Amino acid sequence: MINLNRRTFMAGLGATATLAAMASRATAADPLKVGYIYVGPINDGGWNTAHEAGRQQMLKTLGDKVTSVYVENVAEGPDSERVMRDLVNQGCKLIYATSVGYNDFALKVAKAFPDVKVEMCTGWNHADNLSNYNIRFHQARSVFGTMAAMLSKSGVGGYIATFPVPEVVSGINSFTLAARKVNPNWKTKVIWINTWYDPAKEADAARALIDQGAEVLTQHTDSPAAVQVCESKSIPTFGQGSDQGQFGPKMCKSSSLDLWGSFYSQRTQAVLDGSWKPEDTYWGFKEGALDIAPIVNVPDDVKAAAEKVKAGWLDGSYNVYAGPIKAQDGTVKAAAGAALDDGAILGMDWLVEGVDGTLPS
Amino acid sequence: MSIEYIIAVFITVVGASTPILLAGLGELVTEKSGVLNLGVEGMMLVGAIAGFATMDLTGSPWLAVVVAAAAGAAVSMIFAVLTLSLSANQVATGLALTIFGTGLSTLIGQGFTGHGIPTFGTFFPEALANDRFGRVLFSYSPLVYFSFIMVGLVAWFLARTRPGLILRAVGDNDLSAHSIGYSVIGVRYAAVAFGGAMAGIGGAYFPLVLTPQWSEGLTGGRGWIAIALVVFSGWRPVWILAGAYFFGLLGTFELYAKASGASWTSILPSEAWAALPYLATVLVLAAISVSKSAGGNAPASLGKPFVPST
Repeated sequence: MINLNRRTFMAGLGATATLAAMASRATAADPLKVGYIYVGPINDGGWNTAHEAGRQQMLKTLGDKVTSVYVENVAEGPDSERVMRDLVNQGCKLIYATSVGYNDFALKVAKAFPDVKVEMCTGWNHADNLSNYNIRFHQARSVFGTMAAMLSKSGVGGYIATFPVPEVVSGINSFTLAARKVNPNWKTKVIWINTWYDPAKEADAARALIDQGAEVLTQHTDSPAAVQVCESKSIPTFGQGSDQGQFGPKMCKSSSLDLWGSFYSQRTQAVLDGSWKPEDTYWGFKEGALDIAPIVNVPDDVKAAAEKVKAGWLDGSYNVYAGPIKAQDGTVKAAAGAALDDGAILGMDWLVEGVDGTLPS
Repeated sequence: MSIEYIIAVFITVVGASTPILLAGLGELVTEKSGVLNLGVEGMMLVGAIAGFATMDLTGSPWLAVVVAAAAGAAVSMIFAVLTLSLSANQVATGLALTIFGTGLSTLIGQGFTGHGIPTFGTFFPEALANDRFGRVLFSYSPLVYFSFIMVGLVAWFLARTRPGLILRAVGDNDLSAHSIGYSVIGVRYAAVAFGGAMAGIGGAYFPLVLTPQWSEGLTGGRGWIAIALVVFSGWRPVWILAGAYFFGLLGTFELYAKASGASWTSILPSEAWAALPYLATVLVLAAISVSKSAGGNAPASLGKPFVPST
């Protein structure tokens, strides 16, 4: 296994340039080289940590049939294209681009190198050698929404949101819909802080929501700052991305866990077999791509209700996006008996009834 | 809007204002000596990781504050040697210091990601902070009271003491101060070190009080707010206090208004709200230059390298 950060990667470029020509003559017996790019550091305790854990699992599963390199702290935007091209020049035949801001640049790289396969996380472009993959994050949000409504007396919860992209919007809607199944008068107060990462602002937003009467809190940001505020103010909360229980031993009731490992193993294996086809992957609880950390410090009935929701996702008896669903302005988005399809969830740009606050433009 | 609500907003404002107040006071003294150090953000981050690491390893918040101050002062000495002894350009060196401090704190911090530390909270007995009145007065970290004391000390030092007068003389007319025998470079070294120490403490406020964890870029650009604050204050310590709380209120107010679901908050996008402190600074600068009487407070030698040619 080769570990690289941005700097040593750059330093090694000169040396690897000569190797690129050799790599292009690689025979079938050579191991497949797989490249990953990460938007942040691999030890952020959230999003990137989860992807790195998935990469490690893939390496363990496939053994010496593959080698892998990663580059961390790759900014979303044009520079990501340069980094991906460098990975291809190093001999990578499969690239995992793990953040939404690489979307258009992953497509450019795929078009430039038809013999390289590109997998784009939370993306939406299509090409013969490009697929997208995503996790049904909203499934875990519905478990937390159910618990939130049961843990709150007043029926008011707080949600720290980042940007109005479908992934975040569908999390808010799922949380709210699930809570309203328990308490029809439930309200979710939302603050948009327009950053994935500013711990002091995340903490201030948490305080503001709590001071405004939120009795339960959850967040879609990358740091555990809000969890710490909740711990100090005795407000139940839920972590996201990876287990944030260490930052709120009493009040962090559970966390959503992103498990990319089996996806990475399966798709990499497909390239090895020659059976890889461009197809989008959208996995959840059932496929083992999503789980929740053990539920702690809640009454038994709350835990039972939460586990029932998760079990419902597993056996198909629960769907938070089954109708009737009304948007904030009262328009019916899904009638009784109908349900939102994947396209509606992946392109969600409206808030459900019960959410306080508006989508930023 | 109940009293409880106003108190809650106030307490959050104090938390948001104290780090920029501390760093701004340090930068004020530095600038009063005629040195413009734009490396505040870098010094804050170095102070933040030094304070966090000390707290994580020793468990002593007071020691953490001292180490953070020492670390901030230490990196400011890089700036001092380059600009004072070697007469490098202050703006360029200050920007380089910010980049250096950001990188250094990330490097040191790699071993500390994911660690949690206890919060450096109030040192008053809990019984004092039970009622409304008590919460407004006694519910803060000792660093908050320290920041108030420092406002008084800096104001007194600059206006009422002989060393303060010398420092101002050095900042206003370095050649005259030099010709009557004062060590311009020595005074400026001391002022830069003080600025570094205060920025270090201001940076340490983040992991010690606000968000008891380490993560890259923890201070989130507030070093730049501190520099804007000095200009906003017209180089007056008491105005730094008012400005810090005004800037803190602007940021906090947005969050509270949004949490209340008030529709008028969507008139401005979030980025525009975040830009308001800077906009206010520009307006104040314009006001200062229009009314000449208030403009005399800027140190006349600010940013100019001192080269004693005569």
